[in-house]
Amino acid sequence: MTYLVRRLLEALLVFFGISLVIYAMTYVLPGDPVAALAGDRPLAPSVVRALREQHHLDDPLFVQYGHYLAGLFQGDLGTDFSGRPVADQMADRWPVTIKLALTAWVIEAVVGIGLGVLAALRRGTWTDRTVLAFTIGATSVPVFVLAYTAQMVLGVKFGLFPVAGTTEGWPAGYVLPALCVAAFGLASVSRLVRAEVIDNLRADYVRTAVAKGLTRRRVVGVHVLRNSLIPAVTFLAVDLGYLLGGTVIIEGVFNLPGIGQLLFQAVRGHAGPTVVGVSTALILIFLAASVLVDLLNSLLDPRIRHD
Amino acid sequence: MTTTTGGTPAEPQPLLEAEDLTVDLLSGTPGAPRSRRVVRGVSFTLHEGETLALIGESGSGKSLSAMALMGLLPATTAEVGGSVRHRGTDLLALHPDALRARRGKHIAMIFQDALSALNPTLTVGFQIAEVIRAHEQVGRREARARAVELMARVRIPDPARRYRDYPHQFSGGMRQRIMIASALALSPDVLIADEPTTALDVTVQAQIMELLAELRESTGSALLLITHDLGLAATAADRVAIMYAGHIVEQAPVEDLYDRPAHPYTEGLLAALPRLEGPPDDLTPIPGTPPAPGPLPPGCSFRPRCPAARDSCATRQPALLPAPPARLVACHYPLEASSAR
Repeated sequence: MTYLVRRLLEALLVFFGISLVIYAMTYVLPGDPVAALAGDRPLAPSVVRALREQHHLDDPLFVQYGHYLAGLFQGDLGTDFSGRPVADQMADRWPVTIKLALTAWVIEAVVGIGLGVLAALRRGTWTDRTVLAFTIGATSVPVFVLAYTAQMVLGVKFGLFPVAGTTEGWPAGYVLPALCVAAFGLASVSRLVRAEVIDNLRADYVRTAVAKGLTRRRVVGVHVLRNSLIPAVTFLAVDLGYLLGGTVIIEGVFNLPGIGQLLFQAVRGHAGPTVVGVSTALILIFLAASVLVDLLNSLLDPRIRHD
Repeated sequence: MTTTTGGTPAEPQPLLEAEDLTVDLLSGTPGAPRSRRVVRGVSFTLHEGETLALIGESGSGKSLSAMALMGLLPATTAEVGGSVRHRGTDLLALHPDALRARRGKHIAMIFQDALSALNPTLTVGFQIAEVIRAHEQVGRREARARAVELMARVRIPDPARRYRDYPHQFSGGMRQRIMIASALALSPDVLIADEPTTALDVTVQAQIMELLAELRESTGSALLLITHDLGLAATAADRVAIMYAGHIVEQAPVEDLYDRPAHPYTEGLLAALPRLEGPPDDLTPIPGTPPAPGPLPPGCSFRPRCPAARDSCATRQPALLPAPPARLVACHYPLEASSAR
């Protein structure tokens, strides 16, 4: 259990470091947030003064950060300059991002591992070459090209999927964006798995398993796969953190009101508290994902011990 | 352990009979395939309950012969020729499913390095139990109980608890015991052991060999012992076959072979053994190196290193011929046994 304690202390350190950096970055962003809020018609000086007071904008950076942390530990993520609690804004957006992320993640895991195993077992055949060509394509096409193309062809031209928005709900509204998000990770997973399976098929313990008279299905399914999935699981766990961070481009192209879009809009609108709040949540997700990776690895590979 | 005579052809059906076994290792690309012969026609028989040691240097083809017997060489990397009959059935011509049904049940194998030969991510108990479940219709619980029992028989302390441990949590000797437990789980009639003690300390080696002998007493398994260790073979084997450059060059009951080697290579191997008596520098290495895999020049492949070679050795390859009473030797001019030619 010293392992967990150590991980938590590390996580705490990372958390303070990164949140301070992000806070400082929003602090030095050019432009006055209160002025940005108002647009063309200037606010009354009394309102400006009240807002600056409320958000401690005239205090030094570290004092502001201190106020922010104090709120955070009371479960208050703060409010943006227009008075909406950051927590509420995020609560609206999370379901969209979570649905998109999990859909993409399941596609990555299932299709990626499946294609990788298939390619490895049919090594050197047309199946293998087709998978290879597909993975090269998926990793080399920029995601916005893929997304716009998919939207135009499958959404607009053939009408197979909704073009944009979440009005059709899950799964119809999410499958196409999820496929676009998943393309890169899926290709990476399948290549990782292919290489590992090919490697492990040559391993001594696989020869032992064959010599025991196990069926090919068991040799591959139990002995080869278990060892081959370790790097893919690591990749997938990290990728889940990344996907939950919201994919700004995909959410933009398909007009999905998720976390990525919220963050993008907040940065453009100088909504410092929102930027910091969302970033903080994302840091926590990443830290959780990396602890998850370690735990999963020690589960899959008993030689890894955390003590 | 009965000593069976090796050369007499009119035996009752042998347990395992390899005939003209060849292995070609394939390399290169599908467009330009290359193959190198490494096992060049090996024949031997193994009878019920006996121990035959297959001795050779690295690269002599002994391990590949063993893998070929079991059908463990992938078709993409090796081509196996000849025949291997197990109780009269040619294993090499068998349908993969039928071969699979015999592997582990009738013919089992122990490998050299138990650390890499056991799956690092599965418990040792699972790896013993799975061989039982692969061949018999038994439930998880019964397979588990039998695996624990097997672990006790190979003297793993506290087997019920250690069932759930992983290979890396055992010492080298204990890991090899696990291998033995899974190989002998179904009392196979043929056990192939490929350098079973090479990776172990000398004291542990002796324990493992004793354990093997003791367990085989109850299972009645015949043993094909693949080794480079003449000393190990001398204590464990009934008969010994010496391999050189992919051929068996001499085969004889163990005492005959060690007391009166007939092939110059066998004599060279014995002369290179350290002995307790005599001056410590009394080791005579065999000059030269074995030939590389691939095509051999005509004649005897040991000729370039042979102290007794004559002109005719360079042109005619010697066949493995009986040298009464119980010896087979592949040499035009065998030592001492002048009656052979």
